[in-house]
Amino acid sequence: MDNSPQLFQYVLSGLSNGAIYALIGFGFAIIYNATGIINFAQGEFVMLGGMLTLFFLVFLSFPLIPAIVLAILISTVIGIAFERLAIRPLKNATPLSMVIITIGASILIRGIAMLIWGKDTHAVPAFSGNDPLYIAGATILPQHIWIFAITLLIIAANKIFFNYSIVGKAMRACAYNSQAASLVGINVKTMVLLSFVISSAIGSMAGIIIAPLTMTSFDVGIMLGLKGFCAVIIGGMSSGLGTIMGGLLLGLLESLGAGYISASYKDAIAFIILLLILFVRPEGLFKQKETERV
Amino acid sequence: MLKKMLGLVVSMMVVGLMAGSSFAAPPIKIGALFSVSGPASFLGEPERNTAEMMVDEINKAGGIKGRKLELIVYDTQADATKAVQAANKLIKDDKVVAIIGPSTTGDTMAIIPVVEKAEIPLVSCAAGIKITDPVKKWVFKTAQNDALAVARIFDYLKKQKIAKIAILTVSDGFGSSGREQLVAQAGKFGIQIISDETYGPKDTDMTAQLTKIRSGGAQAVVCWGTNPGPAVVARNVQQLGIKLPLYMSHGVSSLKFIDLAGPAAEGIILPSGRVVVANHLPKNDPQKKALLNYVDNYKKHYKVEGDHFGGHAYDAIMLIKGAIERGGDSPAAIRDQLEKTSKFAGIGGTFSYSSQDHAGLTSDAFVLVQIKNKGWTLLK
Amino acid sequence: MLQLFLKNGLVAKTTMTKEKREIIIFLIFTLAVLITPFFLRGSYFLNVLVFIGINTMLAVALNLLLGYAGQISLGHAAFFGLGAYVSGVLTTRFGLDPWLALVIAAAVSGVLAFIIGFPILKLKGHYLAMATLGFGIIMFIIFNETVAVTGGPSGLSGIPNIQISSLIFDNDWSNYYLIWTITLLVMLLSINLSQSRIGRALRAIADSEVAARVMGVNARLLKVQIFTVSAVISAMAGSLYAHTMTFISPASFGFNFSIELVTMVIIGGLGSIYGSFLGAAILTILPEFLRILQDFDIIVYGLMLIIMTMYLPGGLISGLEQIAGFIGSKIKSRGGSHA
Repeated sequence: MDNSPQLFQYVLSGLSNGAIYALIGFGFAIIYNATGIINFAQGEFVMLGGMLTLFFLVFLSFPLIPAIVLAILISTVIGIAFERLAIRPLKNATPLSMVIITIGASILIRGIAMLIWGKDTHAVPAFSGNDPLYIAGATILPQHIWIFAITLLIIAANKIFFNYSIVGKAMRACAYNSQAASLVGINVKTMVLLSFVISSAIGSMAGIIIAPLTMTSFDVGIMLGLKGFCAVIIGGMSSGLGTIMGGLLLGLLESLGAGYISASYKDAIAFIILLLILFVRPEGLFKQKETERV
Repeated sequence: MLKKMLGLVVSMMVVGLMAGSSFAAPPIKIGALFSVSGPASFLGEPERNTAEMMVDEINKAGGIKGRKLELIVYDTQADATKAVQAANKLIKDDKVVAIIGPSTTGDTMAIIPVVEKAEIPLVSCAAGIKITDPVKKWVFKTAQNDALAVARIFDYLKKQKIAKIAILTVSDGFGSSGREQLVAQAGKFGIQIISDETYGPKDTDMTAQLTKIRSGGAQAVVCWGTNPGPAVVARNVQQLGIKLPLYMSHGVSSLKFIDLAGPAAEGIILPSGRVVVANHLPKNDPQKKALLNYVDNYKKHYKVEGDHFGGHAYDAIMLIKGAIERGGDSPAAIRDQLEKTSKFAGIGGTFSYSSQDHAGLTSDAFVLVQIKNKGWTLLK
Repeated sequence: MLQLFLKNGLVAKTTMTKEKREIIIFLIFTLAVLITPFFLRGSYFLNVLVFIGINTMLAVALNLLLGYAGQISLGHAAFFGLGAYVSGVLTTRFGLDPWLALVIAAAVSGVLAFIIGFPILKLKGHYLAMATLGFGIIMFIIFNETVAVTGGPSGLSGIPNIQISSLIFDNDWSNYYLIWTITLLVMLLSINLSQSRIGRALRAIADSEVAARVMGVNARLLKVQIFTVSAVISAMAGSLYAHTMTFISPASFGFNFSIELVTMVIIGGLGSIYGSFLGAAILTILPEFLRILQDFDIIVYGLMLIIMTMYLPGGLISGLEQIAGFIGSKIKSRGGSHA
């Protein structure tokens, strides 16, 4: 029997999962680079994106586009509130206290979502149907095309923003050296807030585009958040190409691992990769060695 | 002196007795442990709702022999440690005479030593076969054994002349118990398991496993899990264009599954308790009255469909009610009477316990149903 | 209360050395532990206290790492689970004596911690947090998926109770004394450790690893050693848990429990052994109080984590000490004015 369609299917499935991991990883990277914080609540914004879209689309019968826009807006407002209430007031933040606070926030957001929308899983309608598309013996859904397209779009937009706009450049300056940045007149606090805005918007966008595939419930954020984190570690915490490559690689290895080794250990594979990279090459696979944050 | 004292005691007893008959007797306390939150809340929530609804109903109808029931519910969160703590609290602090639940096999196995030692009857709502095999003196259960569900499917597969199957099970308590039975019983029915794959309870993409299964040469796929995983499986099967017939477990016999899987649910065959097909049952079916009653009632109370998970709690409460009616409310009497239960037609099936059988059901507790037009049809 | 009382006593006797003070606090604590069950005969609360003992052991173990050496671990439930599973599997499948199983469980966990300690503790801050988290998840998947050995997600039952000749530890009363004896020993060891040269070196690492190294501390080895000690204690707690419960399942050793352990240490107070006890006690009893809130408990839990970290970073024990200090100074000043 010819095995190439099978391999191709693994690759396609892996890449489409990987694109999502990359998008979630992106959110991590943006906040980390602006503040040095790993936001453990990042996965919850992915959940919020999906649940809010569902809420407007299915429960309140809004059309698709307004539902998506509202979902992103509300997630972003929650991101701002989170930064204002829990991150900014903190003096002398140690990595430990940041880890605990962001974990606390993720528990809180998840809990509120559970109270509002219940514990059930919900199906979200696909953007453009569920008829599979055949490519060389393998299949994907129209939703996968949406995922690839939107991921590409967001990456391109980010690239332009961070490299060519004044605000984007200022945010990068903060990432390199916040004291120096504030000396040249950049408002560091605003930049931090902005990083939360962008990151929660991207996170919720990721949640919106995958919800039709994976369905959504109040607790989908945990695993997705962790996978996104693995992606960003593989990519070396960059908010650019590294994380994209990291996400795609992670998705690919997971899918191939599930296909050829064992599906039971699929998640273990992701975390073993994470550990190996942290042990051997903590700066990530794709990052050229540059300045190190101390 | 002694006589006086004796007289006093006797007169006090008489007063006490009269007080007892004229005033309301203290309620009979029944404990309940359900995984209302956590990963198994899909079991615990309908179970708690059902148990509370039933107890209300019994009390409204005057209680058991004039005594009200008091239900004390604790959430185990499907965590063995919390289940043991809660069981201890029910027994030592609340002094309940019987316990229903827990919802999961793991929680049940964790508290069995506790109830056995305290000699309090337990009617578990979990399905694992090891709960009542071997028989434990104080432990009964209402959920149908996985073994019965597996036998139902295999029996059907045999009739369809399907001999090579692929199984895809979830790696939690429900799936691993189902997988054990699928593997154990296959030989007996002349069925060969060609691919044996698993997925995680939170997985959102099973195309890798299904791609592997597709190339393995199986004639049918049996998926064992509870929502939402199997819905993803059904959608992935459709996406990959796999034409093999898809069988599922009783873990998804709820409208929720049809809702989640959408068009991909059409044609799937699964064993189910009779609750989802209550309307289609013949008039002489002994369970029909209880089923229709339960379905109506649940819908009225909670605005959603009752499912057979809630039914486990219904059966547990009604079994204990029957035992108390027959033999009084001491734990030992409840246990003895539970064991004598015969032909009780509940939601999960018709129960007959004995000293050798504390599970009480036969394979006719399951019917095979097929999903058609977003609804259930009974498969003969 | 206890803390308060002691503080007042201590303020009065400023001549007392720190060492003596520690000994007296420990003796009073021990006495309280020993007599408590006599007030709780037949009560359910005794059962809760057994679990508080186990959780105290775990919180103290994690505190050595978190509070003393300043190293985060978000995967400590893995060592707890490893201890429970090694002990459970050896006794049920190979018929080993529970005591022997406990020793082997501790040793296995220690060796594993020592091996992974070197690469893991090279990492810092968030990277360390993620690496330990990843380790915890991998271990959880192993407990869950090696069905033939561990019984998988439906758990492992029939684990024997611990036995000393004819005394079987199969009820709350005897388990209480068994577990609290070992917990007290662990606490004593940790208090000693914190006041030894090693404890000072660890704190130096927590402050600044570079500075510690300059002063001649072998930071890397010391961190791995304390990680190992912490893992050994956690595994012992796991083994005792398994023999007390007689049933274990992977769900008790997941990511959530790792977070719960960190919460115990933080809420109690970083670097304080009695704080760990306080944190363990609160988090073990908390579900009792949150029960009336039903589904709202998760929100309270999240809020508590955030607020505690933001406004009481030293934990409850430091809050208590502040109150004690405040009252102490009040009494002192009043005493002064009277004289």
